[in-house]
Amino acid sequence: MTAQELRLKQQHRQDAAFRGATRLFAILVLALLAAIIGSLVYGAWPAITTYGLPFITTVEWNPVTSAYGGWDSIYGTLLTSFIALLIAVPVSFGIAVFLTELSPLWLRRPLGIAIELLAGVPSIIFGMWGLFVFAPWFADNIQPWLMDHVGTLPYIGWLFQGAPMGIGLFTASLILSVMVIPYITSVMRDVFEVTPPMLKESAYGLGATTWEVVWNVVIPYTKNGIIGGIMLGLGRALGETMAVTFVIGNAHRIPETLFDPTTSIAATLANEFAEAASEIHIASLIYLGLLLFLITFVVLVASKLMLMRLQRNEGAHS
Amino acid sequence: MLNLYTRRRITNFATLGLSMVAMTFGLFWLLWIMYTLISNGASAISIDLFTKTTPAPGSEGGLANAILGSLQMTIGGTLLGTPIGILAGIYLAEFGSKGWVAPTTRFINDILLSAPSIVIGLFVYGAMVAQMGHFSGWAGIVALAILVIPVVLRTTENMLKLIPTAMREAAYALGCPQWKMTLFITLRAAKSGVITGILLAVARISGETAPLLFTALNNQFYSNLNEPMANLPMVIFQFAMSPFEDWHALAWAGSLLIGLFVLGLNVLARILTRQQGSH
Repeated sequence: MTAQELRLKQQHRQDAAFRGATRLFAILVLALLAAIIGSLVYGAWPAITTYGLPFITTVEWNPVTSAYGGWDSIYGTLLTSFIALLIAVPVSFGIAVFLTELSPLWLRRPLGIAIELLAGVPSIIFGMWGLFVFAPWFADNIQPWLMDHVGTLPYIGWLFQGAPMGIGLFTASLILSVMVIPYITSVMRDVFEVTPPMLKESAYGLGATTWEVVWNVVIPYTKNGIIGGIMLGLGRALGETMAVTFVIGNAHRIPETLFDPTTSIAATLANEFAEAASEIHIASLIYLGLLLFLITFVVLVASKLMLMRLQRNEGAHS
Repeated sequence: MLNLYTRRRITNFATLGLSMVAMTFGLFWLLWIMYTLISNGASAISIDLFTKTTPAPGSEGGLANAILGSLQMTIGGTLLGTPIGILAGIYLAEFGSKGWVAPTTRFINDILLSAPSIVIGLFVYGAMVAQMGHFSGWAGIVALAILVIPVVLRTTENMLKLIPTAMREAAYALGCPQWKMTLFITLRAAKSGVITGILLAVARISGETAPLLFTALNNQFYSNLNEPMANLPMVIFQFAMSPFEDWHALAWAGSLLIGLFVLGLNVLARILTRQQGSH
């Protein structure tokens, strides 16, 4: 063999090793997911065998008698995220419409960055601000008014009762909504921009107003993407920890009104884990963590599938 | 009775007006938080903050140990997570066109990107803290590295895909081995994009509290990486939840430091992307 052939052979070996190494790291990411699920199931095992599936629907959290059920935390997580979406979805939609259709070109970039920066604010800062600034202000100025005026209405009035403490279900949901607005907005902006200009221009050419174009052309075209963005926001909201821990009130109970203190899975974990003494307490907390991971996993997978479907459609059209 | 045309115009004005209200709503919170942060934090900034350790309630002190701990763990997490993210990203962008590994990893990585960080903390607790029997700075580093990987992986892959194939072919034509081509030509061409990803990852982990709750925990003093380690987010959490006024002031100062650092990194990352875009 000539020297050149030897060198070529060596080069091939090096390249194969390099490809193999990068592949290994790609597989490592997959292994990470498996390890997370495996480790959570292992850690939660004592609680899973003790309480089984009824753990999910039981409202009971008593470290003294070692009786644990997670429904109040799970319910708090689902409810805060749901209310947060009720606020965040219309707002994000409005912002996305403003940034893609209305805003003058020179303002788009700075305003877009400002909204993205909101996503960069660490959640602990949201939490501190919520506890020290927002909650007192809300309790002094907004809550009494809501209770006097909205709280006396028939049908929905009972929602707006309770002690005006500032912290509780509603405050937590509102802060969560501010935190997920940038994520939902960013997906909505991206998908709005993939609408072919031809479609929009045809509608404008027929005399449609801006709103009619958005409602009748952009939304139907980007439906899957919009839902994907909302699910992504939901996934973020479900797992948010610090901001919620500061303002939710951390009470193990099912809230009766919007202003009641309650708890969420993440807040329960943040408050109790480091101080949990008994093995079954720790296992129950990890069980909650496992449930949180499974819920967000399903939501995020659904979000991803929706967005992928939009991309495929886009490919098919062009 | 309004005619159709007027009604359509009114609907249009009303909805577009609402979208402007939404925009104002979004900006309003950002400005309010920034204002609070600066007005409460600025007065608590002093030289003591950087030279003294966290105090007992009622006595003088600063955040020096927490700042140092945060720096150590953020740097450690970035150093550990970045190479893994970059190499996996290279596989996805350059070699992953065949087989199941690349699409599956891409999918799972996007899930991990948004997975609750507190669960990552629980995982590292189970995998490291429970095994070693004590909280430690190393566990904090591992938890933060797991948060770095998905961010870096995704930006690396996206940036490498923007590099024109002609550049790769030119390198092959000159007899360049694949590994050299990837590391020294495509990766270098995508440099500013990859750095943006790393900056965003650093911005993300430097404000993270939840994954440190069960891993690094906290420490009132300076410590090495084998012990529980002080860090800014945990100190802010502990001090803000306490009833002491002077601890609150320190918590605000810490929040301002983290806030400025994180927002600064975000702005820097955007300036870099803009440069990449203008080439």
